[in-house]
Amino acid sequence: MHALNVDYMLGLVPILLSYLPLTLGMAAAGMLCALVLASLLAVIRVTELPGLNAFAMLFISFFRGTPLLVQLFLFYYGLPQVLTFLVSINGITATILGLTLHFSAYMAESIRAAIVGIDRSQTEAALSVGMTQGQLMRRIVLPQATRVATPTLMNYFIDMIKSTSLAFTLGVTELMGATQKEAASSFLYFEAFLVVAVIYWVVVEALSWVQKWLEQRLNRAYQR
Amino acid sequence: MIELKGLRKQFGDQVVFDAIDLQLSRGEIIVVVGPSGTGKSTLLRCINFLERPDAGQLTVGDLQVDVTRATQAQILALRRRTAFVFQNYALFANKTALENIAEGMIVVDRLSKREAHARARKILERIGLADKADAYPASLSGGQQQRVGIGRAMAANAEVILFDEPTSALDPQWVEEVLGLMKQLAAEHQTMIVVTHEMQFARDVADRVVFMDEGRIIEQAPPATLFSQPRDERTQRFLKKILAANPA
Repeated sequence: MHALNVDYMLGLVPILLSYLPLTLGMAAAGMLCALVLASLLAVIRVTELPGLNAFAMLFISFFRGTPLLVQLFLFYYGLPQVLTFLVSINGITATILGLTLHFSAYMAESIRAAIVGIDRSQTEAALSVGMTQGQLMRRIVLPQATRVATPTLMNYFIDMIKSTSLAFTLGVTELMGATQKEAASSFLYFEAFLVVAVIYWVVVEALSWVQKWLEQRLNRAYQR
Repeated sequence: MIELKGLRKQFGDQVVFDAIDLQLSRGEIIVVVGPSGTGKSTLLRCINFLERPDAGQLTVGDLQVDVTRATQAQILALRRRTAFVFQNYALFANKTALENIAEGMIVVDRLSKREAHARARKILERIGLADKADAYPASLSGGQQQRVGIGRAMAANAEVILFDEPTSALDPQWVEEVLGLMKQLAAEHQTMIVVTHEMQFARDVADRVVFMDEGRIIEQAPPATLFSQPRDERTQRFLKKILAANPA
């Protein structure tokens, strides 16, 4: 057993932090795309749009039913062999694509549950004043479903930030990939991975605070 | 003018009502009474197309709809001409009292937000809730929520307001303020169809009381006539029962 090399750890922090923007950027891009896709899937599932509904079910089933790592390998190493125009897909794009598809499948189900949970009488009230289905969704149902779904969606976002670490298996030097390289050259594996663990942890904790603040804001309308 | 001709609604094999004919002239106030489960609420919901009727014709103002061939555009137009007040208020939980009233004017009538809010404020004054403009439904009493519900219906500027048992979900202490607002609207000659068990309201406000039983209109007459000399035996039995429970 050797003593913890604190100086090395402190020196490593700024180096690793310089990769944080890429990690957070991939997560943010993945989250934005996943939110849009998940909302679409959820609306398709709720309204049981003919044709698309079956597709949505298949999509959700596949992307929930297979590991994210397998999906990433499939997109990055596998697909370009079949679809040759994808040869130029880079690791970052493949990661964002994988995160989007994978997490949208989960998020679609929680958004769907939130939509179904909005009481039916509000839907009727919106129709009774002459709103179309689209207006009803946009103005009444989705804003309220967002509030219900926010805690779960934030959890998925946190999960997504951590899942960006899989990008290093596609050769992307993000937070995890950079740590791996630093550790390999210094042989101080414990120190290096401890530092990166703390960095992920702090980021997630900070997000939990944002989550609390967001939930309080969204709950304003429901306080007596 | 509002006219229902040969209206029929069924759920599966179960016919809720059939061959309903009803006419209202502008400013007329009709109260529909009858035992529970005779299709009164379903009839109101069909006029607003919350339920799609299975046969018949609906005329509301200048709009005439053959219900079996109603297009989406006709349905939207019909809904805009027939405002609905729900038993459980059904306010938009994510919107303030003001926004609940303004919503339809903004989204459906395409008024500017400013104009819609200005009109909504006037309505809030009329329903006595000017000080609650920014309150969310969760912080309002049942009576206040239902008044906002009525305000939302008023904002539609509809030919007719349909009231589906507007006071039956309310705690007793809030019933009077809601009935009071409805009386105020009646005094302003707002055309309305009211399904209710409030017999005193029917007596005081209705131009005509319609008695429904088992999916049919059994008889209709001005309240003074219907309450004192009901012709049909079913009407007599119903009135006897309900007046024994709630002496008017």
